Amino acid sequence: MGSLTTVPRAAKAEDPAWIRWTLTAVAVLLLTVLVIVPVVSVFVEAFADGWTAYWDNLLGDPDTRSAMLLTAVVAPVAVACNVAFGVAAAWAIARFHFRGRTTLVTVIDLPFSVSPVVVGLMFVLLFGMQGFFGPWLRAHGVQILFTPIALILATTFVTVPFVAREMIPVMEAIGPDEELAALSLGANGWQIFVRVTLPNVKWGLIYGVLLCNARAMGEFGAVYVVGGRIAGETNTMPLQVDMLFQGFNSPAAFAIASVLTLLGLVTLALKTWVEGRKKDLTQSHEDAKVES
Amino acid sequence: MAQVNRRVLPGFRLSLGFTLVYLTVLVLVPLAACLLTAASLPRDEFLKAVWTERARAAYALTFVAAFVAAGVSAVLGTLIAWVLVRYDFPLKKFFDAIVDLPFALPTAVAGLVFSNLYVPSGWFGRFLVPMGVEFAYSQAAIVLVMVFIGFPFVVRTLQPVLESLDHETEEAAAMLGAGRWQVFRRVIFPAILPGIVTGFALAFARALGEYGSVVFVSSNIPGKSEIAAVLIVNKLEEFKYVEATAVATVLLFASFLMLAVVNWLERWSRRWDR
Repeated sequence: MGSLTTVPRAAKAEDPAWIRWTLTAVAVLLLTVLVIVPVVSVFVEAFADGWTAYWDNLLGDPDTRSAMLLTAVVAPVAVACNVAFGVAAAWAIARFHFRGRTTLVTVIDLPFSVSPVVVGLMFVLLFGMQGFFGPWLRAHGVQILFTPIALILATTFVTVPFVAREMIPVMEAIGPDEELAALSLGANGWQIFVRVTLPNVKWGLIYGVLLCNARAMGEFGAVYVVGGRIAGETNTMPLQVDMLFQGFNSPAAFAIASVLTLLGLVTLALKTWVEGRKKDLTQSHEDAKVES
Repeated sequence: MAQVNRRVLPGFRLSLGFTLVYLTVLVLVPLAACLLTAASLPRDEFLKAVWTERARAAYALTFVAAFVAAGVSAVLGTLIAWVLVRYDFPLKKFFDAIVDLPFALPTAVAGLVFSNLYVPSGWFGRFLVPMGVEFAYSQAAIVLVMVFIGFPFVVRTLQPVLESLDHETEEAAAMLGAGRWQVFRRVIFPAILPGIVTGFALAFARALGEYGSVVFVSSNIPGKSEIAAVLIVNKLEEFKYVEATAVATVLLFASFLMLAVVNWLERWSRRWDR
């Protein structure tokens, strides 16, 4: 906490006004050129030929419709898997001591550092015809590569760390006191989790879900490799953007891109809002600890 | 650390068991598949596949572009973080929030937009191209999208470091007669350097493996503007699995090395904390 007497800051420890204004102007200009103008241009390009052309680009093409449907299936399934994983991992890591705990945290982070294209290659090496399980699967009539299942696997791999990484620090900050109290009052594991842990960590969990979902929806490299880019079958929205762009159908590519950008902006707004909630939550728990 | 040493709370075996099985099936088995495939290749065949002229050009371009982009990200990110932490200006919250946009925006969208902005008829291209600045489909465009996806790492690593800086040391230095630039160079910069380096390493690691945005903005010509990730995909499309795996192994080891460096940096920068 800050000191009780606030000493007026020495004038010399502040930057002169001209430096402040120059640096601020440069930073604002950079963010405008790098981030704002690109986002605005997505919508301008998408609506360049008017509303009717926009809707036609978006809904008139059955391949594009199927891409949106596929993304709406693949991303939530990947997020659901990683929520289950993230909750389990956070419970094990933030509530217990065991050997290899730090190693486990590093392994959870691994997918962050693997190139998405390499992730795709790994699944090709597993399930492809020359791969480890490919011939066996083929003999049993199971096809994984170039199906939505491969898309889900690749997307889940790439987004493994998101929920766990958010949950672990939040659960560590909150501490086990309330759960121990519930246990001593006779609650069983499930009751402790649903009634005590979940309400406590919910903003951390939602935050993780938001980040995980944004990445899952936008995943490109990994699904590009495992999907085989069959229009109408294994093209997610980002892959459809690529296919239309390659086919010189820029307006349609930008129409789908505008939907993805809108989803990104909504994610960003929700994230900023949840961030405040999350901070309040961990802060109030820390205050409670100081008081007791 | 708030943890339970004696395993009083229930669910340890269940949660740890699920975590381990999940990670093994989803992450470790595919990783092993890649490394085993690479290891099972005859040595000279592997070395030949790793070190073709085309592959060498791809590594060089990937590493140089990622390094330059991470460097640019470090400079721009430091400046943006500094302004966001130290100064007040209108719409500050808005500008702070949009720093995360590259995390939320699909890379394909970023690639699509950046490929469109700098062509001669694009919003920036129509001013830049007459001035002789040809970004579109050049190697500079690769660096540009890598900066776009990389600079938020620097800003977000540095912001908490700058916020926790102690004003009193700066004041003491100023009282002792140090100029503002001296204070920055001798007092502030050494304190935030580990943060800058960590941000640099994160941006570099991310740029090394980037595919989605680069494939849109680059002309992807083998030996000239083809990065390693694009080379892997091209080899896969020709069903040349050996070469794809060989290049992927190099990329994989490079990113593991970066992961180790980032972990070490984080521990190093926290060495005075306790």
